[in-house]
Amino acid sequence: MSKRHVTTVVNGDQAEFLADPAMTLLDALRDELNLTGTKEGCGSGDCGACTVILDGRIVCSCLVLAAEAEGKRVETIEGLAHEGLHPLQQKFLEHAALQCGFCTPGLLMASKALLDANPDPTETEARYWLAGNLCRCTGYDKIIRAVLDAAAELRQARAA
Amino acid sequence: MSETLERPDLKVVGTRPIRPDGADKVTGRAAYGADYNMPGQLVGKVLRSPHAHARIVAIDTRKARAIPGVKAVITGADLPEVASALHQGGEAASNMRDLAMNVMARDKALYEGHAVAAVAAISAAKADEALAAIEVTYEILPHVIEVEDAMRPDAPVLHPHVFTEGLEAKPDKASNIVKRSGFNRGDVAEGFASADVVVEGRYTTQPVHQGYIEPHATVASWGADGQCVVWASSQGQFMVQTYCAKVLGLENSNIRVIPAEIGGGFGGKTTVYLEPLALALSRAGGAPVKMVMTRDEVFRATGPTSGSVMYVKLGAKSDGTIVAADIELKFQAGAYAGSPVAQGCMTALACYDVANFTITGWDVVTNTPKVAAYRAPGAPIAAFAVESAVDELARKLNIDPIAIREKNAVVSGGKAPYGPTYQNIGYVETLAALKASDHYKIPLGPNQGRGMAVGFWFNIGGLSTGAIHVQEDGSVVVATSNPDIGGSRASMAMMAAETLGVPVEKVRPVIPDTASIGFSMLTGGSRTTYATGMAVVQAAERVVADLKRRAAALWDTAVENVEWKDGVATCLDAAKPDARPLPLARLAATAGRTGGPISAEASINAQGAGPGFGAHLCDVEVDPETGQVTVLRYTAAQDVGRAIHPSYVEGQVQGGAAQGVGWALNEEYVFDRDGRMENPGFLDYRVPVASDLPMIDAILVEVPNPRHPYGVKGVGEVPIVPPLAAVANAVRGATGVRIPDLPLSPPRIMAAMEKAQG
Amino acid sequence: MAHVTLNAECAAFTGGATEFDIAADSVGRLVTELDRRFPGLGEFVEQRMSVAIDGEIHQDAWISPIGPDSDVYLIPRIGGG
Repeated sequence: MSKRHVTTVVNGDQAEFLADPAMTLLDALRDELNLTGTKEGCGSGDCGACTVILDGRIVCSCLVLAAEAEGKRVETIEGLAHEGLHPLQQKFLEHAALQCGFCTPGLLMASKALLDANPDPTETEARYWLAGNLCRCTGYDKIIRAVLDAAAELRQARAA
Repeated sequence: MSETLERPDLKVVGTRPIRPDGADKVTGRAAYGADYNMPGQLVGKVLRSPHAHARIVAIDTRKARAIPGVKAVITGADLPEVASALHQGGEAASNMRDLAMNVMARDKALYEGHAVAAVAAISAAKADEALAAIEVTYEILPHVIEVEDAMRPDAPVLHPHVFTEGLEAKPDKASNIVKRSGFNRGDVAEGFASADVVVEGRYTTQPVHQGYIEPHATVASWGADGQCVVWASSQGQFMVQTYCAKVLGLENSNIRVIPAEIGGGFGGKTTVYLEPLALALSRAGGAPVKMVMTRDEVFRATGPTSGSVMYVKLGAKSDGTIVAADIELKFQAGAYAGSPVAQGCMTALACYDVANFTITGWDVVTNTPKVAAYRAPGAPIAAFAVESAVDELARKLNIDPIAIREKNAVVSGGKAPYGPTYQNIGYVETLAALKASDHYKIPLGPNQGRGMAVGFWFNIGGLSTGAIHVQEDGSVVVATSNPDIGGSRASMAMMAAETLGVPVEKVRPVIPDTASIGFSMLTGGSRTTYATGMAVVQAAERVVADLKRRAAALWDTAVENVEWKDGVATCLDAAKPDARPLPLARLAATAGRTGGPISAEASINAQGAGPGFGAHLCDVEVDPETGQVTVLRYTAAQDVGRAIHPSYVEGQVQGGAAQGVGWALNEEYVFDRDGRMENPGFLDYRVPVASDLPMIDAILVEVPNPRHPYGVKGVGEVPIVPPLAAVANAVRGATGVRIPDLPLSPPRIMAAMEKAQG
Repeated sequence: MAHVTLNAECAAFTGGATEFDIAADSVGRLVTELDRRFPGLGEFVEQRMSVAIDGEIHQDAWISPIGPDSDVYLIPRIGGG
């Protein structure tokens, strides 16, 4: 089967690549576009390390075919910082919410989607939203604190 | 959260700066094992045995080789014979022949997932095609999984050369029992005879995986002149270098290993699986080779820790004094010898002062992946059994579980069960911290239970190198040879900054490759902040001495007249009133005049590492209709010596506790009747997710180790030791039923509750 | 004289005895003396054992000093994760 030419928007910029029909969006991002910030942890949608935002929805990019990105907007970790770190990124650093850092890109994208959908989550809401992102190092305590702290800061900035 | 010891003179140690590698990690720039590529690289893949135990009769690779785009196909026959010899590549000695055979099978496949061949091709699709075209003829043999099954005299034998060591008489028949080890003290028969109360139990645990989210990955290049470069994420670039050298018959200096960032290790990356294969494929294929494991391969083909069967008998007086202990531990080693059962034996009673005990351990091979280290190897398993038994004892005697541990607690000056005298330990302080916690006072509701347990780990020192290079402008680079798996880079920078008297932002830590820094043992054993930190401090002290000498030279005074404080040299010579202070930047700028570049490297064998102790408290609620366990509250107190960066120390405590909760509640390898793993993925191998856990309160108790310049004790491994029993004891409290088998998954809890009622 | 205690594995070389008083001022000298008395024990200790001197664990301890009244234990080498 021949490859498909895919045109998409990644982190606000037009991007194009040739995709095998069976190629995943994860592989396209990493191998065709050299955006290696998004990670593969399991390849079967169970760990969330490959989380990106596709047309405003979080997805496991290992479960999305590269061809499905045609005409859509993809947001990855590489686009999260805009003229400085996003408050989520800053809070993750301040709260020491990462140890090895491998799950961090996926967690940050999932957290961004959480706060876009629900700017004032409770601890329980945050934990259930992020249940699809595995972290083996931290036990999640500092991650949740960082997310709730970033939420508070973003609400304050909006109110100001 | 932390009870930080008073050291007002410390400016950097004990603070919480942003970690120096943090920006790259939160922006996706940090490069892990699979993020690297070499020009012209091929894709490497492994063919793995579908059988748990089989003779490899023949491997026909002709069809695979003939596929266009397939550049290399190798089997065990293409790798050199490796002599059976112990080598210190990791921390404990490993048998190099076993390692080589585990990397690729020769005449037998010993577990489902055992590598039998490997290919390199111009694309992943071509590599898959090549794997499918390799024809392997197997003679399937009976297999054995459970440890007691493997110990039976009629069990299928994995290795004809294994005759049990450690028995009074050497057996005349080969078996799967590699070794018996043990520790004894006093007279157990007399001890039990004097006991008022005896508890006895049989406990089991299943193999569990370290569960790092990053699968193994490497890119390797075998140059035309035999010089090799390996990019790998591992817990030690020198370990990778030595193991590749041993497996492939190379000289260490011909292999340069560049450490990638590592996405979790927990002991599972203290060995090699792909790296020697990638090098061998690169040699055969004439190009660099990239190999990345799938999650399925990680589960089927890399080492979990042992499953176990354990027998614990404890005898005590009615006042709670434990007077006798008889403990037997049987651990799976996987396909090759070397379970952590000896460490299980040594740690089983390490928190207790017991006059009479006998502890026996059995190392048993089984048709499962060769076990790899997992955070405090052996200790959590033994602690599960012992801490459950102590809980039973406390219940029988109607004594509070913390009180019974205080009654029998080891203290500084007391003897460890494996012999030496404890010094500067902070065990009883952790028990006191739990008692004083708010958690301990919260009342419980229906179907809720509270459990506690304690744990111990030795922590080690070992070989480490640290180097300080003062840059031309006075900023500082500190280089250490240990991969950063939990934030140690930050601690290195902080200890260097403290010693040099400069702000931590002026110190940049780097982790160079094997050709660019002196040797270090791997990152593990809770040794890095201790041993590599010690090396860094020694290097920094040499730099400070050198800076004083240079200042003295510039002022033309004696070096005794130079004071170094807060990054500045001040002249104390009354005869030199015009001598202006010299900051580090000035001394760096004039380095040429005073002798040359300012640099020091310290390579040491750090002795004197002190053990760590932890005490954990856990509240659970058990749903009586489903057996679902909810962890309501969790508090973990630990003696950490001194917390260099308290946030990362708390992180180790929280992370270890979380892994222990998973081990207690859900994680296990499930094998089918053919010895194949049924749950090699994160859907069915269930590690804790964010909604499974509450906040974990980490209480850092500081009893410094005077052997380390800043009082450091290792912290990474202790926190996984108590949780298995803390959770199990809480479930006992919530359900009224003792379940001595892990994991405490809902079906197991339901069956136990139904049996108790029926 | 340093008081030396071996563990059960080492006892296979000594015919069961596990406690000795040995005059040795370094681990290297101690191991050499043990090997002289019980051939093969030296290499076994070097490869498989750590040494605890007055409560402190030493690995690869050849040059570590032993005091005149030191309490020395040979214990299995420890590997972490």
